[in-house]
Amino acid sequence: MLHNLNIGELADRLAKRQISSVELTRHFLGRIERLNPALNAFITLTPERAMQDAESADRLLAGGERGPLLGIPLIHKDIFCTDGVRTSCGSRMLDNFVAPYDATVVARLKAAGTVMLGKSNMDEFAMGSSNETSYYGPVRNPWNTAKVPGGSSGGSAAATAARLTPFATGTDTGGSIRQPAALTGVTGLKPTYGRVSRYGLVAFASSLDQAGVFARSAADASAVLQVMAGFDPLDSTSVDAPVPDYSAALGAPLKGLKIGLLREFFEGLEARNAGLIQDALKIYRSLGAETLEVSLPHLPLSVPTYYVVAPAECSSNLSRFDGVRFGYRCSNPKDLADLYTRSRGEGFGAEVKRRIMTGTYVLSAGYFDAYYLKAQKVRRLITDDFRAAFAKVDLVISPTTPTPAFDIGAKMHDPVTMYLNDIYTIGANLAGLPGVSLPCGFVDELPMGLQLVGPHFAEAKLLNAAHQFQQATDWHRRAPRGYE
Amino acid sequence: MSSWETVIGLEIHAQLATKSKIFSASATAFGAPPNTQANLVDLAYPGVLPVLNAEAVRMAVKFGLAIGATVAHRSVFARKNYFYPDLPKGYQISQYELPVVARGSLTVMLDDGTVKNIGITRAHLEEDAGKSLHEGLANATGIDLNRAGTPLLEIVSEPDMRSAKEAVAYMKKIHTLVRYLEICDGNMQEGSFRCDANVSVRPKGREKFGTRAEIKNLNSFRFVEKAIQYEIARQIELIESGGTVVQETRLYDSDKDETRSMRSKEEANDYRYFPDPDLLPLEINSAFIEAVRATLPELPDEKAARFAKEFALSAYDAGVLCASRELAAYFESVVSGVGAGHAKLAANWVMGELSSALNRDNVDVGSSRVKSSQLTGLLLRIVDATISGKIAKEVFEAMWSEGKPADAIIEAKGLRQITDSGAIEAVIDAVIAANPKQLADYRAGKDKLFGFFVGQVMKATAGKANPAQLNELLKTKLDGVKHA
Repeated sequence: MLHNLNIGELADRLAKRQISSVELTRHFLGRIERLNPALNAFITLTPERAMQDAESADRLLAGGERGPLLGIPLIHKDIFCTDGVRTSCGSRMLDNFVAPYDATVVARLKAAGTVMLGKSNMDEFAMGSSNETSYYGPVRNPWNTAKVPGGSSGGSAAATAARLTPFATGTDTGGSIRQPAALTGVTGLKPTYGRVSRYGLVAFASSLDQAGVFARSAADASAVLQVMAGFDPLDSTSVDAPVPDYSAALGAPLKGLKIGLLREFFEGLEARNAGLIQDALKIYRSLGAETLEVSLPHLPLSVPTYYVVAPAECSSNLSRFDGVRFGYRCSNPKDLADLYTRSRGEGFGAEVKRRIMTGTYVLSAGYFDAYYLKAQKVRRLITDDFRAAFAKVDLVISPTTPTPAFDIGAKMHDPVTMYLNDIYTIGANLAGLPGVSLPCGFVDELPMGLQLVGPHFAEAKLLNAAHQFQQATDWHRRAPRGYE
Repeated sequence: MSSWETVIGLEIHAQLATKSKIFSASATAFGAPPNTQANLVDLAYPGVLPVLNAEAVRMAVKFGLAIGATVAHRSVFARKNYFYPDLPKGYQISQYELPVVARGSLTVMLDDGTVKNIGITRAHLEEDAGKSLHEGLANATGIDLNRAGTPLLEIVSEPDMRSAKEAVAYMKKIHTLVRYLEICDGNMQEGSFRCDANVSVRPKGREKFGTRAEIKNLNSFRFVEKAIQYEIARQIELIESGGTVVQETRLYDSDKDETRSMRSKEEANDYRYFPDPDLLPLEINSAFIEAVRATLPELPDEKAARFAKEFALSAYDAGVLCASRELAAYFESVVSGVGAGHAKLAANWVMGELSSALNRDNVDVGSSRVKSSQLTGLLLRIVDATISGKIAKEVFEAMWSEGKPADAIIEAKGLRQITDSGAIEAVIDAVIAANPKQLADYRAGKDKLFGFFVGQVMKATAGKANPAQLNELLKTKLDGVKHA
């Protein structure tokens, strides 16, 4: 079936004119229509636009043009601005917001000839680990619809896992690509901070946000990253460094690769989860890699550090949503203060408000040093820990999440427990490092992910290590029942 | 004598004369229809990012070098968070802990000719806010974001000024400097150059500063002087009548000539400054600084010192002539035409007739009706005794209104000086004959009547008698008789 083919195979068939982009697009739109109601993975579907995109891709293909993503459908997380199509960020605040421009990620993928099927559901303003904070309702996990798909890019993850799209974009601020990728059994890549432009990505925490990709294999993710990556003069934090050929780097033998096992991550880890990682390490050793233990002593501080830095930045980033120029405005404001307080009070959901208040608090006079400044210092220590570790090893390995997908509603009333979902992923964001999550087995019939994190700009090495694992295993080929 | 000492510090906002805004590509031209020079970045649309304008940095460095300050190799942009409709992001990007320029100074000359050094704590780059519009809008406030994002250099002085006059002298000096450097047009009506004044008083001899009030947004030298004078009187009166000054922000009402409380310290915003994660620290290397240094023009103090020395002018005259680069250039052009030996004549004319005509018609020296070459032509006729200084003033007025060269006017109006001794003697004889009483009084010792006779001869010759010759001849005639 078309939806089980990887991006390379689809591009090959499009190139050979065995299928058209229109046929491919119809196929996925048909699956979405049939299967999405049980998942709620989308906020906006754009079937007409998709057909137009597909027709124009077919014209280019007929004219002899070729490209690794030409004519391939995708979905964008609804955090990326799309010219003329609503960008809601999962929030009532932006329910009516239609961006007048394309995010750089969107523009690059459009220029590569992709076909946008729609925009995926997400935690409100990317704040959440379960996709339950969305104004548009929770996304359900295709492996078990009573379970969450993870968050914040839950819609992109669920749709990729359910074969509703060959791939999807996402963003990762504290694990928002890797955690849902793990919980839905797909491959999720968060590139190095600065590798992919943030222009047009509605900011949550600017120093942590990074755009990335959900795909069903590391090879597919490589092809997509190739298009997304690169310097953008519109984003001062994007890095002007050459983009290697990621697909060409796949296939390099792993002999001599040093993989570090993070001691701190395995203390108290549930046995079945730890077992999956041990199995993965065996595979890596059989592929010629060396595994050794490394320590990142400050890593246990990553969750509290993150929950100071990220809310601080979000409290400022979200100030622009004031009911004045765009987005939700309360009815009949009686004065300016009323306009602000009611527009924001009514437009934002509970988790967003919690983080704005936390962030406002930690930046306030008298608390700044104790919270924000201290968190920045710890952040530097964590970055230094990683640097020291990468002097000894090429990559570090850990589970992506402590547990498989949990029940919808199970953690919504306990934010601290919810926040601890990101305990394995946050470190890479604080240090700006690339990380990938890939399927490595099942616990309670739910997929689990392993995470590889590498030094800055080591995406090629990271993706190859993930690819080699996927050549030796078939976890990433498993489809949830009903979505095969 | 008052027993109080005033302490004043100024925060001057100079709008930098860049073509585009500090963080976006929008134009900065003044006077465009509302919101026509505001792009998505200025409007703070979701997803947009700031990109620093290198030209604004160059201008800030230029200023730093001109005041002998330290230009920071690394400075940081911070967010100043507060809600206001003319501040679209809900924060202003400014520099807080690490400004681009620190620890400079300049000297000002006071009315009594003494020179005083004023310290400049820092100068930092920031963006301006938009404007709220109230006129012609019923029950609503309009927002014009054309000014939002315009680059400002905020120049913060040490509390080194001790009177309103000193504050004005300092502000004028900065005004002169930024125009010399061509980094600000200095247009105060359009708000390109404005200041906040921190004012406090303390008993003479006490070291500790009194509590200060900050007077916001003063946009003329006259308002600065009057507002500070009012504020000093208010504070002294308050303290002397048993009250205490509270730290607060005050507004100056120029119609009523008074300052009024705007908000107290307790009501002041907690701006929650933190480094802007969208902008990397600003790094300036020595090569850049030296390249900027090479573009520095002759600075006002250097120029004034050179004028005083080269042209034997008083420090005061040299200072006045160097108050603007254009006036100094005009003067130098005239001097080169009439010869350095007549520099004092040129200085008197540029500071006298020319400046009053410019002031009267409210035009810049650059658009003077009498060009420097034309004034040179006029002064040459004084130098070669074709006309007297007095007649020259008449010629100047005609030049100003008719726009013709001096020679043409002298000829057309027959203003050529009478230098024929015989002709002058004849007039003197007639005047003496017609005024026997005055002659007798003069002879009796009323020396002052000499002027009367000069006046009568001038009247009879329509002012054209060569003054030096007239004096000599008249003296001989009057005294000759007297001592005969």
